[in-house]
Amino acid sequence: MEFLNAFVALSNYVLIPAIAYGSQLALGALGVTLIYGILRFSNFAHGDTMAFGAMVTILFTWLFQSWGISISPLPTALLALPFGIAATAALLLFTDRIVYKFYRKQKAAPVILVIVSMGVMFIMNGLVRFIIGPGDQRFGDGARFIIKARDFKEWSGLNEGLAFKTSQGITIVTAFIVVAALFWFLNRTRTGKSMRAFSDNEDLALLSGINPEKVVMYVWLIIAALTTIAGVLYGLDKSFKPFTYFQLLLPIFASAIVGGLGNPIGAIAGGFVIAFSEVTITYAWKKVLTYLAPDSLDPSGLVQLMSTDYKYAVSFAILIIVLLFKPTGLFKGKSL
Amino acid sequence: MSVNWKNIGLFVLVGFLIIMVGFLQSWNTALVILNMGLISAIMSLGVNLQWGFAGLFNIGVMGFVALGGLATVLISMPATTDAVNAGGLRILLALVLGAATIVATIIMRSKMAAGRARSMATLALLVVGFVVYRWVLDPAVEAVEAVNPASTGYLGGLGLPVLLAWPVGGVLAAGAAWVIGKTALGLRSDYLAIATLGIAEIIVAVMKNEDWLSRGVKNVIGIPRPAPVVPYEIDLQNSASFVETASSLGLDPVMASTLYVKLGYSLLFTVVLLMILWLAQKALNSPWGRMMRAIRDNEVAAEAMGKDVTARHLQIFILGSAVCGIAGAMMATLDGQLIPSSYQPLRYTFLVWVMVIVGGSGNNWGAVLGGFLIWFLWVEVEPLGALLMQFVTSPMADGYWLKTHLLDSVAHMRLLTMGLILLLVLRFSPRGLIPEK
Repeated sequence: MEFLNAFVALSNYVLIPAIAYGSQLALGALGVTLIYGILRFSNFAHGDTMAFGAMVTILFTWLFQSWGISISPLPTALLALPFGIAATAALLLFTDRIVYKFYRKQKAAPVILVIVSMGVMFIMNGLVRFIIGPGDQRFGDGARFIIKARDFKEWSGLNEGLAFKTSQGITIVTAFIVVAALFWFLNRTRTGKSMRAFSDNEDLALLSGINPEKVVMYVWLIIAALTTIAGVLYGLDKSFKPFTYFQLLLPIFASAIVGGLGNPIGAIAGGFVIAFSEVTITYAWKKVLTYLAPDSLDPSGLVQLMSTDYKYAVSFAILIIVLLFKPTGLFKGKSL
Repeated sequence: MSVNWKNIGLFVLVGFLIIMVGFLQSWNTALVILNMGLISAIMSLGVNLQWGFAGLFNIGVMGFVALGGLATVLISMPATTDAVNAGGLRILLALVLGAATIVATIIMRSKMAAGRARSMATLALLVVGFVVYRWVLDPAVEAVEAVNPASTGYLGGLGLPVLLAWPVGGVLAAGAAWVIGKTALGLRSDYLAIATLGIAEIIVAVMKNEDWLSRGVKNVIGIPRPAPVVPYEIDLQNSASFVETASSLGLDPVMASTLYVKLGYSLLFTVVLLMILWLAQKALNSPWGRMMRAIRDNEVAAEAMGKDVTARHLQIFILGSAVCGIAGAMMATLDGQLIPSSYQPLRYTFLVWVMVIVGGSGNNWGAVLGGFLIWFLWVEVEPLGALLMQFVTSPMADGYWLKTHLLDSVAHMRLLTMGLILLLVLRFSPRGLIPEK
């Protein structure tokens, strides 16, 4: 019984939140890694692209809510998601046309593109704040829980309740579908294969007749879908605030680098590594340990390794460790 | 050397802009812009050292600036005697133990052969070290933070003159830069960028959360001024001779005192800026500077000539960060307070980058010009944007939602404008206003 209680508490506070957060990070890191692999630069505007996609989705959600359209018990945001993706895709293609294309033609050094992406980040950040403001926005509706803590207690007779939020369930399911679809696309379709060929060896890909502009366009379309979905899922799970999306840049890049930049499987693994470390290190273990340890050994403090304010320090520390011992990442990434 | 009228003209233009603010808005505003412009110029010199001389991509400027700010508190604030007695020594002991753990781990790793035994020993040492560190630290922190939390609740500083904090800020920033540089330099350029981004977030997080060190979000106010040069307004107003001089110049004493104080800061900052600019110019034109640029332009060739690229990069990375730290300490001195939550990456990291790129990377004069010009724009875009928005929205009826929204969002125009300036300069004049020779 004690053991079961401990396990339920662990799932409730560590496993489920970490899996949901890990899925969000994995989607973000996949985007970073794809841009790195195919367009060959680190995109610092990624977090703000997520914010933009989420913002458009929120605006459509509000519109649908005002029309009384809903798909309860699911959140209306899911219905608005395609519109968010479309708007983000339009913005990204437009940005590529007027900003990135010029440098691509020039074959500019990657570091120049990074600085350019910094300028794009500024503009997107300004745009998002201009349209929706810098504050917190809540847009989740529909049923809040799949499993309520009290129902679970009554059903199982345990002391600990297990709460499973709808947003967490949606995050996990959506992330799974998106990742499966992406891998199917990259490995099975002609366009996907040409993208991988382009990433492996640009000159050879050009020689075999692959149109680079088409590859680039598909990358941006995929990025639009990935960023918007990741942004909306994060917003549903936590809340939407432009600045937090900028801050997500650090864990997302850490995930991509830990997994090996340019390697999609690595990005997913990295996302979960970062999420699990972040949650386990900032979680107060007192509750779980009280169940497991004999009464005489009950911990007196919270048994929290670090306060939650330092969650970014965790992703940073893991990043440093990987850089020190395995600079190409856990899975073999590109080293350009 | 021929006189470069274009460059002189650009500086005169920026000077003219600031003087216009003096005539049109107020001289206080003009001096505020000038003072922060001086500090911005120093920050942008620091980034120019890293990016312009060596091609290193540091996007953690905010962290180094924040460390400089922390230095002013640690050096110049009076010590909180009760708090020091309650837990000062114990905190110091904990920090020493924490550092000792890391040093011991590094030594052990260099002594033992690679393998499973070494990994286990590393892990064990780190875990034990962390537990001991927290066991020593936590009660002390609680004791310190319990001492009169409304007004102190932190250890305070050494009570030394604030001018001493400027070099100390540089040293603190240099220390952080050493740690980052050691791990991330020599790898791909993007890794340094991410690592600096991370350390900056963490430094600010520490300052926000470690109340015993910096009072966290409760802020430290009343940092002493650099005394003889910058007096307090109230002392000036009480001094008969000052009031007399002011009125003989036809100035209101209150107004005169605020201007006098700001001019004092300007004087100090100008001295520091000129010193750093002189050193940077000397460095740029020395064999060392030529070597740096050679490394930047062709790492492989420089390495083949026997230059230790990673070591030179580490050197200049530390120097540049130290300059940012000095600027940070000066800024906290100017504000007279430390507000950890005010350190925003867009303002302190990316804006400085815009300054360097727009001014001209690789040219110290360009960096200084960029510092003044972009800071001026950053301050003035908001009132100008407000005017523009008023013009744009003038046909709309009052209370119309779009009008209210547009007028409320004017504050966010700055980011858009800065991004636009950065992209336009990169596209059409990538070498900046004053290009590298």
